[in-house]
Amino acid sequence: MYRELRSHIISLLNAGIRLDGRKLTDYRKPIELEYGVVKTAEGSARVRIGDTDVMVGIKLDVGEPYPDTPDEGTIIVGAELLPLSNPEFELGPPGIQAIELARVVDRGIRESKALDFKKLCITPKEKIWMVIIDICPINDAGNLLDASSLAAIAALKDAKYPSFDGEKIDYKQKTDKKLQLEKTPIAVTVIKISDKFIVDPDVEEERVIDARLTVSSIEDGTLCAMQKGGDFPLTIDEISKMIDIGIEKGKELRKYL
Amino acid sequence: MAYKERLNGRKFDEMRPIEAKVGVVKRADGSAMFKIGNTWAYAAVYGPRNLHPKFLQDPQKGILRCSYNMMPFSSSGERVRPGGSRRSKEISLVTEKALLPVLNLDEYPNSVVDVFIELPQTEAGSRCAGICAASMALADAGLEMKDLVCAVSVGKVADKLLVDLDYSEESYPDVPVADVPIAIMPNSGKVTLLQMDGEIKKDELMKLLEMGKKAIASIYEIQKNALKEKYHEVEV
Repeated sequence: MYRELRSHIISLLNAGIRLDGRKLTDYRKPIELEYGVVKTAEGSARVRIGDTDVMVGIKLDVGEPYPDTPDEGTIIVGAELLPLSNPEFELGPPGIQAIELARVVDRGIRESKALDFKKLCITPKEKIWMVIIDICPINDAGNLLDASSLAAIAALKDAKYPSFDGEKIDYKQKTDKKLQLEKTPIAVTVIKISDKFIVDPDVEEERVIDARLTVSSIEDGTLCAMQKGGDFPLTIDEISKMIDIGIEKGKELRKYL
Repeated sequence: MAYKERLNGRKFDEMRPIEAKVGVVKRADGSAMFKIGNTWAYAAVYGPRNLHPKFLQDPQKGILRCSYNMMPFSSSGERVRPGGSRRSKEISLVTEKALLPVLNLDEYPNSVVDVFIELPQTEAGSRCAGICAASMALADAGLEMKDLVCAVSVGKVADKLLVDLDYSEESYPDVPVADVPIAIMPNSGKVTLLQMDGEIKKDELMKLLEMGKKAIASIYEIQKNALKEKYHEVEV
């Protein structure tokens, strides 16, 4: 369907540039990060990468721990691909794309131990904090995954506990106590088109990818989550190169926090 | 406690501060943001475009479809569960009816104009903010319109009549409260949205509509300026 577009993009990539003039591993500019954009949330952030625009808000709630982890709180990540943000998104329950987005962001945070779940415990076996992270794109101009993951970490960094008297939460009163971030996992999605690797695809590049690999890494370069997507396989050598790009670009993105 | 003045220090006919901007969602055919106090609405228009499923199509004219949605973190209380409630469905319906009178969709048989309204943050007056944003987004999309639509809530707390109720006023304890969201076409003065809950006498309601009309006039100016602003940016 996009054969012409694809061959045009590939011939440009062979010359070392992209449709919008970027180099292969450049993110769009500007990258902007705002904290605390939503007053009704316990924490929030908005990330813009080029024209892509994502809001993430955190709500905190008190619940019961899972029986197998009686002294640990938990996170819940939700993503709604709002039809406001992209002509192809439809109303209705989350589709597979939204579920994958939420789960990749979830794993980056969970597996890196960015939050110490034990610190989210109020009373073992009885009460724990549930950190609910909701991703809402305002404009999807490509690469929602990296933008959402950065906004989610920023929103966690912004979040403060509401006041809780042991029985009820008073959302009107935020305390000064912040959620403590132990690590800052950053997701970078590396795209393979033909034999070239790029990051931060725009809408047109997303239509013609062969494969993608989302690489989440923490400060020291340790990997904490990965997800391969796209219809084509990758060689081990290609995976190695893509991980290098993911870690290096992750360091760049982390500076915006 | 007798209610003599507004808790937020506003005059009885004074609205919360308003910000408005168009062209905020690049992928949409038209879009706008409308913020009044802590209530914040985005609207995006897609279309006229093909309408599926086919049985919804009207061979005589295009149809308007509105959707109002609160983001999960937009309430100062508990998280709002995604997926739409009876409340949000009703608001989507009255929003559609509030906007339809200014549109002419005769040229677009079998098509739909989709209006998506999203609220990142709410504190009373969210359906009105959504309608204000949506009407600007429709204009931004270049659709033929007879007028804009401006919306605000008016109401009564104890024996005082006021404009643009905030949450503390909507839920003022122990006195009669009435909340009346209205939408008006500013040039013709005709009303396209009217809802009311609470207790009120007819003559008070009539006074409220007059107060609302004045507020609407200033919202209209803000909307027009925002629409013009986009093209200033292009000119320079």
